[in-house]
Amino acid sequence: MRALRVLSAALLALGLAAAPAAADSSPSPSESGDTGAPTRAGTSFRTATEVEQGQTATARASTGDYLYWSFPADAGLRPTVHATVKLPESHAAETWQIDVYDGLRRRQACQYGAQTRTAGANAPSVELDCVLRTVRAWSEPWANDPLPGTYYVRLTALRLSTADLGQAVETELRVESKDMGGAAAVDGALSEPLMPGIATRAGKDEEEDRAVLAGLEPEDGWTSGWWSDRWIWTAAGGVLAALAGVAGYRLTRGSGRPPGAPPHA
Amino acid sequence: MIRKKRPVAGACALLAALTAGLAFPAGAAAGEPTGQSAPKVNLVLDVSGSMRAKDIDGQSRMAAAKQAFNEVLDATPEEVELGIRTLGANYPGDDRKEGCKDTAQLYPVGPLDRTEAKTAVATLAPTGWTPIGPALLKAADDLEGGDGSKRIVLISDGEDTCAPLDPCEVAREIAARGIGLTIDTLGLVPNAKLSRQLSCIAEATGGTYTSVEHQDELTDRVNELVDRAAEPVVTPVATQGADSCDKAPALESGLFTDREEFGQQRWYRVELPAGQELRASVSVAADRAVRPDYGVLLRAVTVHDREIVRGEATGNGRTDVLSTGLRYPKPERDDDDSDKPAAEVVCLVVTNSFSADAGVKTTPGLPLELTIDVVDGPDGSGDVASFGLGRGWWLLGALIVTGFVAGLLWGWLSRWRFAVWRTN
Repeated sequence: MRALRVLSAALLALGLAAAPAAADSSPSPSESGDTGAPTRAGTSFRTATEVEQGQTATARASTGDYLYWSFPADAGLRPTVHATVKLPESHAAETWQIDVYDGLRRRQACQYGAQTRTAGANAPSVELDCVLRTVRAWSEPWANDPLPGTYYVRLTALRLSTADLGQAVETELRVESKDMGGAAAVDGALSEPLMPGIATRAGKDEEEDRAVLAGLEPEDGWTSGWWSDRWIWTAAGGVLAALAGVAGYRLTRGSGRPPGAPPHA
Repeated sequence: MIRKKRPVAGACALLAALTAGLAFPAGAAAGEPTGQSAPKVNLVLDVSGSMRAKDIDGQSRMAAAKQAFNEVLDATPEEVELGIRTLGANYPGDDRKEGCKDTAQLYPVGPLDRTEAKTAVATLAPTGWTPIGPALLKAADDLEGGDGSKRIVLISDGEDTCAPLDPCEVAREIAARGIGLTIDTLGLVPNAKLSRQLSCIAEATGGTYTSVEHQDELTDRVNELVDRAAEPVVTPVATQGADSCDKAPALESGLFTDREEFGQQRWYRVELPAGQELRASVSVAADRAVRPDYGVLLRAVTVHDREIVRGEATGNGRTDVLSTGLRYPKPERDDDDSDKPAAEVVCLVVTNSFSADAGVKTTPGLPLELTIDVVDGPDGSGDVASFGLGRGWWLLGALIVTGFVAGLLWGWLSRWRFAVWRTN
């Protein structure tokens, strides 16, 4: 029973320590102040518009533009990028595509979802989806597994006729994530999330309104990476093992005395 | 090693949470470039004879442009330095040579006096030729100086009439000056040829092309482009990679630009202290017509030409840029090899396999953007699972069975010991 008490005390301590870690968030500079979702898209990695997860970013653009957004994704999440393009009334067949890149500008594969779609002539809109792989806290440097940090989305028309060049379109982008929980909790952690320009940001003279390559962080800040529900599973397993041990002990030891033994031997 | 580090990190979280409120708001906004000067925008308006055509909402193209300019001038943010340049506004004659020199600065790039600028716009009347190339060159000269973002917004209703100077190549040359200039183009009621030419100009500098049929579209688009110029953007530092590692420029963390010709190698070097991680990403932009299959390779190589890690990307089809990146954490130094230097020189080499059809100019090279970050190394991973902890029903089952069997044995043992004790 003492072991159980120690264990529960440890769990409580863990919970207390987890709370400040989760609250460790810094106010993130959002693209359009606090008024809401961005209504514009960037035209390169360098000028990508930052979007928070769960926000619906809109942008008016021209067919043929390369539109860039960036969003932060933390470990344990599996982001889904969803884009809608409202096409002009009359147009020829067009193929649209979304590409997702990580903070190192490496292209990230979509597990499923229609990443590329062709809209027939005069189709009113085209919808694109990309479900990324689960973001891991750590991976070997030689792998290109998704890591916590900034992700870029590029939306563009892949094939189009010259007559459609420059025609106005309305685009919409939404990023949502599924929490994969402890199943995706891996060992190890990056010292800094994979955000471009992070090395030049820390420690320098602190000037407001400075341009950054990527400044947006997840709503609750980056996780410190040590908490996962694996602690609960393992602790619960320990408790159950202890209980099972006690039960087994009582079963074989019997009442404490073998039958037929004199009361005071 | 990490087992020691992590609890410390966890304990520090409390401290971090307490100090975050003080330390972070300024730190999070702090950025890369040094104090930026004002963003500059140069509006280049076609005032050629064809602007007389009355096909934008029933009014002439010129009238629509004027009205749009008035509204844009009203909405221009304070910090933007705006200028206006015209092309084909003054020479009405037929001499091509004269007509192709006809570009003038209507309002100089600088702090905006709205009334003055509007008065200047009001005087415009559709007149001459369409010398887009020469006008772009002059417009780029107007924007010279300062390290803020620079943008040319070209509004035209007809393709360039001053061949053989290809405005597309002019745009590439302007971009190659490395002054961080973007050209956005707008075509008024464009035909296919104009669309092609204007989008070629835009793509050469990473800008956008929009076709305009209505006056409000024109106003909205120009307003948006001017606003976009006002957004703070990180300005890259121009560098020049060498063709071998020993001649390569030494780079530190930051954002750099360079030019790389088809099939060329570009070498850079980065000093990486032990225990630190190098993150490098590179993108090579296709600013001209390239063949539809291409690739980019970024390798990190030691000074002895041993490859450490590489990032590679290949692509197919229409694209603006192809990018890849790599990560190289240098392990902490062991004490016993302390005679070795603490920092390692890592050579980065960028190659591309873009190709173009004959007749496409190969110089200046393709724009190359390189991001380098040297940060603390990661905590290593000793197990697949976080801290080697378990999870799932199989784990619970295994633990219960093990616990139960251990309990049984222990109970049996104690019973046996009791029996032995009793016998003796």
